[in-house]
Amino acid sequence: MSDVALPGMLQAAWLVARKDLAIEFRTRTAFFSAIVFALLGLTIFYFAWDPTAVSSLDLAPGVLWVVFTFSGLLGLQRSFGVEQAGRAMDALLAAPVDREAIYLGKAFANVLFVIGVQVIALPAVALFYNISLGAVALPLAAIAVLAAIGIVAVGTLFSSMAVNTRLAELLLPMLSLPFFVPIVIAAAGTTSRLLAGRPIAEAWPWLRILLGFDLVFTVACALAFPYTLDE
Amino acid sequence: MTAPALDAPRARPALVDGWLVAAALAVVAAYVRAMLFTPPEATQGLAQKIYYLHLPAALNAYLAFGVVAITSIVYLWLKDPRADRVAESSAEVGLLFTTVVLTTGPIWGKPIWGTWWTWDARLTLTLFLWFIYAGYLVLRGAITEPDMRARYSAVLGVLGALLIPFIHMSVYLFRTLHPMPIVLKPERPSLPGEMLTTLLFSFAAFVLVYLALVRARYRYAVERDALALRDAEGR
Repeated sequence: MSDVALPGMLQAAWLVARKDLAIEFRTRTAFFSAIVFALLGLTIFYFAWDPTAVSSLDLAPGVLWVVFTFSGLLGLQRSFGVEQAGRAMDALLAAPVDREAIYLGKAFANVLFVIGVQVIALPAVALFYNISLGAVALPLAAIAVLAAIGIVAVGTLFSSMAVNTRLAELLLPMLSLPFFVPIVIAAAGTTSRLLAGRPIAEAWPWLRILLGFDLVFTVACALAFPYTLDE
Repeated sequence: MTAPALDAPRARPALVDGWLVAAALAVVAAYVRAMLFTPPEATQGLAQKIYYLHLPAALNAYLAFGVVAITSIVYLWLKDPRADRVAESSAEVGLLFTTVVLTTGPIWGKPIWGTWWTWDARLTLTLFLWFIYAGYLVLRGAITEPDMRARYSAVLGVLGALLIPFIHMSVYLFRTLHPMPIVLKPERPSLPGEMLTTLLFSFAAFVLVYLALVRARYRYAVERDALALRDAEGR
């Protein structure tokens, strides 16, 4: 299938990603709503617990990762939703690029989307939950990127499947959330250890799960992607 | 539901399916043996009898989901609709067995652990198995076009199997770092011979249930696809 050399594939992927990012940058609908959704989520979660009984330090990691996954779903929903208008997907498929390149390009745009949401939501958590992130900012950013890759790898594939079904909006979270479980458990576990001032070595087993998940599912989903296309 | 007019007379399916009857009888026999001819467990008493239902159901659920993964790969490779029908049938029966596991577990857990549910690693994993394959069946239901339905569900069938080790690792890590303040499941004692025989007998009975249900479900899928094809051609 892929007689195109890898640089050619990455170049094609970048073109697809740039197209998606340009659409998002010009409309800004999905990004804006994901940000507002994340902030709303952070606020609502705060009032769902008794702050005098549960310290915000214990609460924040879980809230953070639940909010990230759900706001990420908003962007993923749109990833293939935009291709439906005017059957743009057919044009994309007619382009002389590998199917895997389309997947990688879509996924790359989605990773940037999720990271963009995190860049705004993380300081908001620090602000709302009164947590100082200064000392752990770098390792936390690394975990956020690893988690974003895992979420997007699976979510992009399922988005491509869900848009073609009768239950598109319902199906994407229903299929994706079980796959986000190892990511959320690992990321929240690492985050709470970091915020509690524990050494990073303690979080290593969880980081290994995140790395393994990213690797396995990026490859598996890229290979599975051509099967989700209608030709 | 009205029966569609058929051009040629077809053999009516038998009212009583031999396989299902045999499977039901085997389960009854296994339970008679478990209740009357197997000694009760020393500390748990009668509550332990549910073990002969719980464990065989769990093992068969794994068997069923293993079959889904294998037939999904076979479908993506050979595009054989029979593989898709086996996957479909096996997923549904597997979900049924998982439901049995998730129902019998708490019934045993309440008297023995003192709680209906705990976020023990094995319980959590089983619950997520249930979610994955419930999603699989919802996906099937959301697509009407047979070829697309088969491709999409095969993709999910393979990815679901890849996901299980990751959930397994993360929930075990979660539990070992956060021990639950309740009675944890003790190490299973090596079973006395009589109990082991009963367990194996019960397991065999459940394999028979699995085969009978998948066979019945597969035949339904064949009829449904044939009917859909006839409708499509009639138009």
